[in-house]
Amino acid sequence: MSTIDIALTVNGKPVAASVPPRLTLADFLRERLDLTGTHLGCEHGICGACTVLVGEPGDPGDAVRACLMFAVQARGMEVTTVEGLAPDGEMNALQKSFQQHHALQCGFCTPGMLVTATALLRDCPHPSADQVRDAISGNLCRCTGYVPIVEAILEASESTKE
Amino acid sequence: MNFRLARPTLLIDLNRVPGLRGLARAPDGGVVAGAMTRHRDFEFSALVRDLLPLAHAAMPSVAHRAIRNRGTIGGSLAHADPSGDWPALCLACDARMTIRSSTGTRDVAAEAFGRGLFETALQAGEMLAEVHFPAWGARRRWGLQKMTRRQGDFAIVGVVVVADAGPDGRCTNLRNVVYGATDCAQLVHEASDMLEGRVPTQVRIGEAARAAAAAVPTRSDLHASGAYRTELVEALTHRALSQAFPEALPSAVAA
Repeated sequence: MSTIDIALTVNGKPVAASVPPRLTLADFLRERLDLTGTHLGCEHGICGACTVLVGEPGDPGDAVRACLMFAVQARGMEVTTVEGLAPDGEMNALQKSFQQHHALQCGFCTPGMLVTATALLRDCPHPSADQVRDAISGNLCRCTGYVPIVEAILEASESTKE
Repeated sequence: MNFRLARPTLLIDLNRVPGLRGLARAPDGGVVAGAMTRHRDFEFSALVRDLLPLAHAAMPSVAHRAIRNRGTIGGSLAHADPSGDWPALCLACDARMTIRSSTGTRDVAAEAFGRGLFETALQAGEMLAEVHFPAWGARRRWGLQKMTRRQGDFAIVGVVVVADAGPDGRCTNLRNVVYGATDCAQLVHEASDMLEGRVPTQVRIGEAARAAAAAVPTRSDLHASGAYRTELVEALTHRALSQAFPEALPSAVAA
């Protein structure tokens, strides 16, 4: 199969690759870049486990489904995965809050939850509990741990710092 | 494509084709949307909020943030999912689609664009370029009701109504759309004919809702039986009409 050359930025680092046009962004991140934090659940946009941030250069990016984009569509873009939310070996405030609130059990949905919550807290630093629930309504947790997830996101937001 | 419903041998990414994304005020006071305009663009556009309030109000329940950040009106229309919101919204708004090919341009009314399950008026070699929403008058009303099992799911059944309310309370230009119930969003004339030119009282709204349920041959599938969908057509038509004409509600009469 023919391939297409792409260059993009992933977690702040420049990446160049030659990929089949059929390769999804999620598979590219996982299999080519070994960034296996981005999980694949349903592979048709429902479960939210593969959510990453994608934006034009200099743009912090919007939450998108990596399973619904081809890698070639991210050419020239800046992509942030769950691995890029904090420096290696460290956890940011949101991740610590997830740990403190036991907001994960099996951990499969957690990368998508963290990325979705990151985009929410950037666009809406003072969310209500309802806004948090609405924001993560596109991320399925099958351990049914939504209550601690909502608590963890609220704890990490500015809403609880006043 | 993830469902293998489409298996193209050649795929063109329209994201990088200039001039296909954007919202503009039309000369008639309506809205022109490029086919690659994203759901989020409609959600956060002041132009849409002011000129096309139905589309603005509908966006937060279209899938989820991460989907709205990428999904486009043209993609939704060309995909033609029977439960998709855009085909129903365009039908209710009497929108017009501009279709382009290497040989020319043609316009198709929303009523003729949707042909059935994942089928549209688009022919091989054609692409959807623009959607034109006619201007809304000051007397325009709307109602949107849908049943989903979870926030952001495709509707099991949805109902959109758009109508003008005269100074005498009479309802005109009523467009009553049911979607999710059959293979394609459809205008239900059996319901709108009962209210057209009349004052939509609670009794008449009930009659129109029953007429809609009787007229729509609902489908059964994994998600819901036809009988359940028929109940939804009646209940949601009732709610959508009551939303558009709140003065018809008993509480409004009492007040």
